[in-house]
Amino acid sequence: MTTTTATEYFTFSIQRTYDAPSARVFRALTNVDEKAKWFSGPPGQFTPLERTIDLRVGGKERLKGAWSDGSTTDFQAIYCDIVPDSRLVYTYDMYVNARRISVSLATVVLTPVGARTQLDFTEHVVYLDTYPTEEDRRRGSTGIEDRKLGSEMLFDLLGGYLQ
Amino acid sequence: MRTLSDPTRRAIYERIIAGGEATVRTLTDHAGVSQPAVSQHLKALLDANLVAGRKEGRNTFYRPDPRGLAPLAAWMEEHRRFWEASFDRLGDYLHELQQSEGGQ
Repeated sequence: MTTTTATEYFTFSIQRTYDAPSARVFRALTNVDEKAKWFSGPPGQFTPLERTIDLRVGGKERLKGAWSDGSTTDFQAIYCDIVPDSRLVYTYDMYVNARRISVSLATVVLTPVGARTQLDFTEHVVYLDTYPTEEDRRRGSTGIEDRKLGSEMLFDLLGGYLQ
Repeated sequence: MRTLSDPTRRAIYERIIAGGEATVRTLTDHAGVSQPAVSQHLKALLDANLVAGRKEGRNTFYRPDPRGLAPLAAWMEEHRRFWEASFDRLGDYLHELQQSEGGQ
C-alpha cells in the first residue's frame, strides 16, 4: 500500500429562484422532515438509516443511507453560521462505505425577490484521493482497493436525482 | 490523479502548464532532480495523457494534454449536477406545498 495522496479542489455555484417566501424556503432547508422530501436518493435504491438536523452553530446534520447494491453513504455536516430565512454556512464530510471522499464548505444565501426567493449555493470542495479515474472505470473499479464499490454506484450517488 | 500525487512530478506538470511548452532540459534546470528522473516523470505524465510530446530536431517539446484531466472534470461535473438536481427537487417540493396550501 502506498501512502501517496491526491488532493484536488473544486468550487462551484448554483442559483435557483423559487415561487415561495424566504421563510418557507429556509424551513424546507432546515426542518428534518421537510428536508427529507427533497434531500435523498432515488426511490427504491436508497434507504435512509439515520437522518438528523441539529440547527445551531456547531450543531450537526447527518444523512446516512444504504444503497440497493449494499454500499452506504454518509453526509455529515456542521453548521458554522445561521441567519434565519437568509443564510446557512456549513462544512460537510462525505463518506462512502465509511471512507471519507471529500470535505466541503457550503454556503446558502436566500434573497427575497418580490414574493419569490432567490437561492445562491456555493460550495468549495476538497477531494481526497478517491474519485475514479478513466483507468479505474475501464476496470470497473473506483480506484480504492478496500472499497467494494462499482463506479456506477458512485455516479448514481452523485447523479441520482437526475432520473 | 494519482499520477500527480508525487510532488516533483506535479511541479514538473505545473511548470509545463505555466510555460505552455518545455523540453527535458529546461524542466531539469528547475526540477532539482536529475535528467533521467525528469524523463521518468515525463513518461508517467505521457502515459496518463496529462502531457503530449512534439519532436523538433533533437528536442522533444512537452505541452499540457487536456485528455488526462477529463476524469477529474467529469467527477466534478457529477458533483455539481447532484446539487443542481437536489435544488430542483426542493423547487418541486415548494411548488407542491404552495398548491396544497392554496398558495399560502
